Amino acid sequence: MNLHEYQAKQLFREYDISVSEGLSASSSLEAEKIALSLNVDKWVVKAQVHAGGRGKSGGVELVNSIEKVKAFADKWLGKNLVTFQTDEKGQPVNQILIETVTDIDKELYLGAVIDRASQRLVVMASTEGGVNIEEVAEETPEKIYKAEIDPIQGPNQLQAEKLASSLNLNEAQTFQFIEIFNGLVKLFIDKDLSLVEVNPLVITSSGDLICLDAKINVDSNALYRQEKISKLRDPSQEDPREASAAEWDLSYVALDGSIGCMVNGAGLAMGTMDIIKLHGGEPANFLDVGGTADSKRVAEAFKIILSDENVNTVLINIFGGIVRCDVIADGIVEALTGMGVSVPVIVRLEGNSAQKGLKILDECDLNIIPASNLEEAASLAVKASKGDIT
Amino acid sequence: MSILIDKSTKVICQGFTGGQATQHCIQCIDYGTQLVGGVTPGKGGQIHLDLPVFNTVKEAVDSTSASASIIFVPAKFCKSSILEAAESGISLIVCITEGIPTIDMLEVKVRCDELGVRLIGPNCPGIITPGEAKMGIMPGDIHLPGKVGIISRSGTLTYEAVKQTTDLGFGQTSCVGIGGDPIPGTSFIDVLDLFEKDNSTEAIVMVGEIGGTAEEAAAEFIQSNVTKPVVSYIAGVTAPPGKRMGHAGAIIAGGKGTAEDKFKALESADVYTVKSPAEIGKGVAEVTGW
Repeated sequence: MNLHEYQAKQLFREYDISVSEGLSASSSLEAEKIALSLNVDKWVVKAQVHAGGRGKSGGVELVNSIEKVKAFADKWLGKNLVTFQTDEKGQPVNQILIETVTDIDKELYLGAVIDRASQRLVVMASTEGGVNIEEVAEETPEKIYKAEIDPIQGPNQLQAEKLASSLNLNEAQTFQFIEIFNGLVKLFIDKDLSLVEVNPLVITSSGDLICLDAKINVDSNALYRQEKISKLRDPSQEDPREASAAEWDLSYVALDGSIGCMVNGAGLAMGTMDIIKLHGGEPANFLDVGGTADSKRVAEAFKIILSDENVNTVLINIFGGIVRCDVIADGIVEALTGMGVSVPVIVRLEGNSAQKGLKILDECDLNIIPASNLEEAASLAVKASKGDIT
Repeated sequence: MSILIDKSTKVICQGFTGGQATQHCIQCIDYGTQLVGGVTPGKGGQIHLDLPVFNTVKEAVDSTSASASIIFVPAKFCKSSILEAAESGISLIVCITEGIPTIDMLEVKVRCDELGVRLIGPNCPGIITPGEAKMGIMPGDIHLPGKVGIISRSGTLTYEAVKQTTDLGFGQTSCVGIGGDPIPGTSFIDVLDLFEKDNSTEAIVMVGEIGGTAEEAAAEFIQSNVTKPVVSYIAGVTAPPGKRMGHAGAIIAGGKGTAEDKFKALESADVYTVKSPAEIGKGVAEVTGW
């Protein structure tokens, strides 16, 4: 789950990680009040969306009058911001952040992430902060300094000092950096985060360290014990179909093709997409019905798949381990009967109770085309999507 | 021969009396697994599936001499259940549960390594030695005792590889689903090493997927340590780049993790790769000449 910058910065404040002064507003009136209360004559105004690349798309501005703060609020609130990280529709702006301006001497980078390779929480820092950090990582990885945090011992001061020295910080800045480092690690573990990114972390013209941006991603598996964080979820930033899928514990990602897919297991779901492409078709979505699918969830999965107008064929590929194929078959029949589905539905059932499942499908009077293996299922689905079979 | 489990392995189940656990334990017993008891705190002394229920793993181990445990407890209790098993003399833990917070797994992994305990999973289908025993949720009847060792990050794709090697009559020595979580207890490399040393395993199938760099690391390991033929499929060639918020995930991996990268790494280690999940069995036939 992603957080907005203003939410992330509030968490930073709670952990004594220095950020600019500022607040978020959902109307231009509120924006005006906040701007006045900051008691300065220049402000940074930032559209709050779950996407990077805001600056290059006009979603971040430096303004020098209250009128311009209001104009920025009026321009963006209720509109969508399109950046290179969003789709062509963009993300809705419901909040803007109004902050004091920081005079920048140098831009650094600071991030923390769970590193699968070392199986540690890793804090990363670089002197090459700013918009091109990804290129830096690819072309000059030696300029990214890392500290692996011991899961039992926690962070130690030496690690923070080493990073600070790699960043060429002076003594006063090193003390500030240690505070930020410790706060960041504590925040990460306390709140079950999966990613924190501060880009840039800046040295101000007066020589202090301050976090100018904040991105936070929370481990969705841990939301059950992060009540406060769970409340920060902003459904408006999520694809409505993906969000409604998530409510049913279905994992769905919309794609551009015409073959709707319902598969159990993420790996097999990707494999099914791969084989559809190899047969010359285009998958309309990734959908994993999960390990404990019941007939209700299968019905919901159908609704979500068919809400995509481009879908002209549905391919159901279930290899039952936990999932029982007869339960899936009941769900398919229930959904098709209830919804009046007109597109061809190709079904491949294998594994746990597959024979029972196939019998259920065989005995119903619906337009279901059974396939005996993955290869055949893909081939039938591609033919059906091209109108070669109905 | 096989790896990790056989028909003599004494197994307990944690979360024994729950619905999923009960359903799958029945299937494990039917398959031939020596399930000797289970643990459900507060239900010690009861009998479930004709087997004794214990309050703690320690009691279960003392009373049954079990060396392996399969865990079905809810995600929020998994950390303490895994650690309890590891600290009570269990040497092989298979954790089926999905949805364990990653922060929990960081500590679990370190503790298991320190104690020399093999943890498979979490979020995995488990392990099976066909014809002997299974600790997992895989459908037993698609397996066939034989000569291919199978390792996979994905549950249902493992079944796909199994079915194809069964249909072609090759069969499997053992199959290990290591799970798709960011911090798995056991890596591809761990299992590759076990298969390389197992005399009856003549070929290895490795099924990976996009994300992380476990397949790249495995490729490096295969290059210098594995003499047996390896066939590999990586799921997700057609997956669109994930929507992500920041750059940190990409930065830590140094731009690695796509299916193309993984295929390239594996091919340069002389692994036989297939681009379709339906061609895993064919790949084995091709590379072994069977």
